[in-house]
Amino acid sequence: MVIITSFPLFTILFSLFSGVLCFLLKGRMAKRYTFVLEIVLIGMAASVLIYVVQTGREFTYAMGEFPAPWGNEIRAGVLEAVMALLFLVVMICSVTAGHRFVNVDIDESKVNLYYALLNLMTAALMSLVWTNDIFTGYVFVEILTLTSCGILIVRELGRTTLAAVRYMILNLLGSGLFLLGVVLLYSMTGHLLMVPMQRTISELASDPGVLRNLTIVVGILTIGLSIKSGLFPFHYWMPDTYGWATPTSAAVLSAIVSKAYIFLLFKIYYRAIGIKTFEMMPLKNILLVLGIGGIIVGSVGAILSNNINRMVALSSAAQIGYIYTGLGLGGAAGYTAALFHILVHAVTKSQLFLTTPRLAEVSGGSLLFRELQGSGLRDRAAGGFFTVSALSMIGIPIFAGFSSKLQFGLAAVGAGNRKLILVMLALAVSSLLNAMYFIRTVIRIYTDHPEKTERAGRRAGYIIPMLVLTGCNLFLGLFSRVTLELIRRGLSMFG
Amino acid sequence: MKEWLVRWLSGDMELLDNVSDGEEVPDSSREDLKKRKKEIRQNIKGTESVVSAERKGFFAFYHAVAVLSCMVLIGVLMYTVANLPRYGEENPRTVEVVKRYVEHGVEETGAINIVTGMILDYRAFDTLGESHVLFTALVCVLILLRLDEKTVRGGHLDSYYRIKEDRYFDISGDTILRLVGTILVPCIILFGIYVLLNGQNGPGGGFSAGAILGAALIMFSAAFGFDAVDRVFSAKVLSLTTFVSLAFYSIAKGYVFFTGANGLENHIPKGIPGAILSGGLILPLNVAVGMVVACTMYGFFSLFKRGNIGGA
Repeated sequence: MVIITSFPLFTILFSLFSGVLCFLLKGRMAKRYTFVLEIVLIGMAASVLIYVVQTGREFTYAMGEFPAPWGNEIRAGVLEAVMALLFLVVMICSVTAGHRFVNVDIDESKVNLYYALLNLMTAALMSLVWTNDIFTGYVFVEILTLTSCGILIVRELGRTTLAAVRYMILNLLGSGLFLLGVVLLYSMTGHLLMVPMQRTISELASDPGVLRNLTIVVGILTIGLSIKSGLFPFHYWMPDTYGWATPTSAAVLSAIVSKAYIFLLFKIYYRAIGIKTFEMMPLKNILLVLGIGGIIVGSVGAILSNNINRMVALSSAAQIGYIYTGLGLGGAAGYTAALFHILVHAVTKSQLFLTTPRLAEVSGGSLLFRELQGSGLRDRAAGGFFTVSALSMIGIPIFAGFSSKLQFGLAAVGAGNRKLILVMLALAVSSLLNAMYFIRTVIRIYTDHPEKTERAGRRAGYIIPMLVLTGCNLFLGLFSRVTLELIRRGLSMFG
Repeated sequence: MKEWLVRWLSGDMELLDNVSDGEEVPDSSREDLKKRKKEIRQNIKGTESVVSAERKGFFAFYHAVAVLSCMVLIGVLMYTVANLPRYGEENPRTVEVVKRYVEHGVEETGAINIVTGMILDYRAFDTLGESHVLFTALVCVLILLRLDEKTVRGGHLDSYYRIKEDRYFDISGDTILRLVGTILVPCIILFGIYVLLNGQNGPGGGFSAGAILGAALIMFSAAFGFDAVDRVFSAKVLSLTTFVSLAFYSIAKGYVFFTGANGLENHIPKGIPGAILSGGLILPLNVAVGMVVACTMYGFFSLFKRGNIGGA
């Protein structure tokens, strides 16, 4: 019995318990408590990662006295540990860097509720990462849906309420479809745990009729989760949702929450359906086409928008498109690229959403481009961090975005001619479009505006978490081999 | 019928400008009302572009696409369901789990009600999540509806409207309601407790009992007014109850998960199936879930009715 094997359970239980505790605490205490808790959780996730890498073996953890097919179970492998660690790091950076905006945007009497929701959200994220059971996945998808609406409406503006209502309707549609998929899978296989389910499915799938049925069911699951993560035809909720939320919420929602849904979907493909059965279905090609559509439509939308937050939000739609393109390419290379891009985008997008409000702050509170002129000079810290993440988004070498685009290119080379041309074209066009809108913004914020003289104060509470995110960005860019090796090892454990 | 009621029912928005019975309306709030109405009218002008889009047939197209995609989805789902293995058919692959639950459920969980044994023992982790879903919903509704300085000041909710409405439509003084409440509320509470304590032996359990107890609280407050409820069930009591129940659930189940996964004995007696004190942790967990559900239901009612859980 090694205590580290219990850490995944503790990450879930501690954050659930803290969510309820923050309900009773005062706002300031809740914030401090959340900060300490996140550090403890990061320590746990890191030790799980080290333990799994050292032993070279995944482990499953029965939730209670009943073993696998009868009781719940969680599982920890390299991939899960990497995801959990990164999600927690981005979470703590968003919470600390954005807490000043939280105090401004949220009524004092509701700050503790905000932290309660963030803790519940952490619990849901951790469960989605560690779960080995698709119904547990559904339960925590529900918590994630509710908490993400909660951290939107907490700003109490008309726009955020409207955005939250729209987001909730689409999200509930997604949850409904996901539940439908889970129920159908259960009635076909009689199992909810992923491993026995995969065993049954691999027996059933030899019958073409059953395979057709399975394709429909997996399609329903995919539509449900892709609505939630904002894949191309369903991405229209993104600009309003991310654009009007308080910065911490925007960073957390775009960087982590949408990724958690994708990771769950990937886990279902790989572990519940079985990757061989999944590759027999035509779904992969649909995902590829929708992913490429998302890349183009998101980038064009970002070019057309006149508000910096909407631009960053629409660029998220494009980045989600990349991840689905990776899933659509398939093969170990494609999945590696997709998973690596999840990490890259989480680090970069959270940083973007945390710098834009600072730039707006020194420009009279406006997010419009014409008002933002010279804001990078007035607030040098925010301008610098924005530039770093913008360069990473475009795909300039030494930054993380370059490594992930390289991985997509390599995956496309191995995927056959037609896909190669399609993906390479999409990569080229989107890099060009990305450069158009990000370079334009960088030039705009560094062009001096003679009339505006507001200056921003420097705060360690803002700069340190942003430096951590920049460090992660550079680490993923310069030492991508380490992370890629971890992902490959995780994938081989996953099967 | 009173004149103001007739006008209110016919949707006359000018009503509150000319209220003469009750409190005198201060001039400043009257000015505010006029200003807000003007703003609303200007906003309506802004929607003209939407109206013209409607004329151009966008919405007809939208409806057609919506109906069509729903029909396609229905067709696909019908096809899938038609091809599922038939319900109740002996299929050795798919009944492995169910068989174990039905055949060994009573001896393994100590609960005669197999459903309770499943949700609170075999798959207790899911139910742990599910009870936190309720709590999350309560937090979200609190954020949305609890009146704070920002909402009142920002004009999203006019405190004036709220106070007036509450007095007009509060029926807690009604004699019939009070009498019926006096007779019914104790019975409902008693029934709720019965359902709560017998979850492991028969139909019932935390979720249903919580709904019954919550209904009793709501009826109590409707019949006797919020002041009466606040005396025993204030905001503080509600949040403490929620906290203690959920914390107990997390800690107790955390202990079981930890011992179970590490192959340790958990020393929780199963009891004799059929007795009230049986089923190991199932009874206390049911009580915890029931408390959370009751608190959530009453909290929703109170928030929707008066914009707060206790006090003002």
